[in-house]
Amino acid sequence: MSILIKGGYIVDPENKLEGVYDILIDDGEIKKIEKDIDSEKCELIDGKGKYIFPGLVDMHCHLREPGREDEETLLSGSLSGIKGGFTTLCCMPNTKPPIDNQGIVEYIYNENKKIGLMDIFPVGAITKNLEGKELTEIGELKKAGVVAISDDGNCVMDSEVMRRAMEYSKMFDLLVISHCEDKNLSRGGLMNEGYLSSLLGLKGIPRQAEIVMVARDIELAKLTEAKLHIAHVSTKETVELIRQAKKRGIKVTAETCPHYFSLTEERILGYNTNCKVNPPLRTPEDIEAIKEGLRDGTIDVIATDHAPHADFEKDVEFEQASFGMIGLETALGIALKELIKTKIISLSQLVEKMSLNPAKILGLDKGSINIGKPADLIIVDLDKSWEVKREKIVSKSKNTPFLNWTLPGVIEYVFAKGKLVLNKN
Amino acid sequence: MLNWKHKDLLGLEELSKEEIELILETADSFKEISLRPIKKVPTLRGKTVVLFFFEPSTRTRTSFELAAKRLSADTVSISATTSSIVKGETLKDTAKNIEAMKVDIIVMRHSSSGAPHLLAKAVEASVINAGDGCHEHPTQALLDMFTIKEKKGRISGLKVSIIGDIAHSRVARSNIWGLTKLGAEVTVCGPPTLIPQGIEKFPVKVTYDVEEAIRDADVLNILRIQLERQKSNLFPSLREYALNFGIDAEKLKFAKPEVLIMHPGPINRGVEISPEVADGPYSVILEQVTNGLAVRMAVLYLVSQGGK
Ligand SMILES: [Zn+2]
Repeated sequence: MSILIKGGYIVDPENKLEGVYDILIDDGEIKKIEKDIDSEKCELIDGKGKYIFPGLVDMHCHLREPGREDEETLLSGSLSGIKGGFTTLCCMPNTKPPIDNQGIVEYIYNENKKIGLMDIFPVGAITKNLEGKELTEIGELKKAGVVAISDDGNCVMDSEVMRRAMEYSKMFDLLVISHCEDKNLSRGGLMNEGYLSSLLGLKGIPRQAEIVMVARDIELAKLTEAKLHIAHVSTKETVELIRQAKKRGIKVTAETCPHYFSLTEERILGYNTNCKVNPPLRTPEDIEAIKEGLRDGTIDVIATDHAPHADFEKDVEFEQASFGMIGLETALGIALKELIKTKIISLSQLVEKMSLNPAKILGLDKGSINIGKPADLIIVDLDKSWEVKREKIVSKSKNTPFLNWTLPGVIEYVFAKGKLVLNKN
Repeated sequence: MLNWKHKDLLGLEELSKEEIELILETADSFKEISLRPIKKVPTLRGKTVVLFFFEPSTRTRTSFELAAKRLSADTVSISATTSSIVKGETLKDTAKNIEAMKVDIIVMRHSSSGAPHLLAKAVEASVINAGDGCHEHPTQALLDMFTIKEKKGRISGLKVSIIGDIAHSRVARSNIWGLTKLGAEVTVCGPPTLIPQGIEKFPVKVTYDVEEAIRDADVLNILRIQLERQKSNLFPSLREYALNFGIDAEKLKFAKPEVLIMHPGPINRGVEISPEVADGPYSVILEQVTNGLAVRMAVLYLVSQGGK
């Protein structure tokens, strides 16, 4: 069966393609990308006035399987991702049990094969049980298919352990993703430290908890020449450290998340637990610096850090509430609203940060629209907008701070691995 | 006179000067009841007040209980520990259960900041914050202000120094909001480790020098020092704390002649305050306790009228 997408505006930075083209898909494979392809015997998708991006790639999400299937599963995560335009997900290892051995990696691949909606690549743990003490069998994990290693949720506090992890992973050309948080400085902390934490009587997390660890890891990357990726950048000082490190030629890449360029700590007023996240929401100055970092290329990637939590873990005292927010379904909308409508970055840059760059950093064959490859793309109407409603959330968890926000960009079609997995019409 | 419009009393930060004055004036009229031979009025007859204490506090709980009883309300005391969370019941579940018993007012003490706010949103009953984490303790600040007004005749223009662990003190926060709204000048004093971040945005002066805090002050409000703070290295030892910040007769030499000495209790004698100061002529610590009753009667009465 052939599908012809007629007259859509393609944004494909990898192939330096931007403009109105038709795309012919045959048996799930892209056959032609040309102007005015003959539409005979094809099922037609009208792309007029719409934008076509490569499928989005999220290099940082928590899918909770195995262990907390009440919050999310590989299936519900896939569906939530598709709704948000993602066709590739990388799931973090803090599952129960954690992804610290070959068996769990295989479990995820096998389960996802049964679902078959999209590629889900596991990120393996750096240390056994994410304890920061003993290295996992990194070579074995790599063989089983992890695309990076990280103790995300935890920071590897022992600098010697982190050094050896980076040094060792180099021989597999494996990316090390660092959740940068000095746990001595952040201990017991609930939100960004400052006037508002003092006003609310909530223990603060000083921004330095992130900054000092980013500085450490950059130096360790220099020492080991390993590939380092800084997860969820939240402070202006971190942006500057990464900018300088890149200038010095250190192999470091970085991501931020939509909430770090759209929400400030003020959102916590009233003890809003949906805004409790780690690293914590910061200040307007940080948002400005992160936007600048996205603009000038210091920050390579927008990831979601999708962190589903059950109601009973969020609808509690602020101190008891879990850290994290879901993000797969709102990431593109928030990025369009905060970065595109405000003309901070171009659409091509947006596609780089949400699709091409994460694919490149992880070494995945994704993030572009190529002839001869399975169709992996999304069709978005940027003139339409939609409202975030609790009952419309596909994720099993509903912990979003963006309820009732109106977001630009309605995703009308999603092709993942050659299959049409979402069709709004 | 201004009417009370709120369902709850969660803190002083969100109240206006007029609303705080209304509570103090109402307390004034209730204080007289405590001086009668029969200390009971029918104001809250038929109403049920639940005392919901997640943290042990004999003093505050007793004060609220007596206040409710003097207004003829029925009272129920529930002491819970956060261990009920471990058993699987959340605060909201517990609250809904209490609500199902058709109570009118819930007085809540909780170790987590914002817990009464969560409760207030979940139930129709009025919620009175009897201290939440490091956030606010509005009735304590109100009784402090009531005592100051009674002794000094006014609050506006007075200099009040709060000395001790400002960072972790809900009493300090409520006092800062209440006193400054009523026109007092507030200074906070303690070691830098016990002064909260962002203090420059609070309407207070800050000093690490206890003499400076004492000099010129009309009122010294001395906070209880929590022993566990030492374990997190916020100060080296109780001995060193007492040497630098403990208020004794020697340090009081810098004070104004008619200075008021206040303390929210319970007192660590010889740590933040020496016995001769706690029991001395300037101390109004016991009067604070007496006034606490009148203030809590006023608050119970006002919230029972609020939003109606
Ligand atoms: Zn993380």
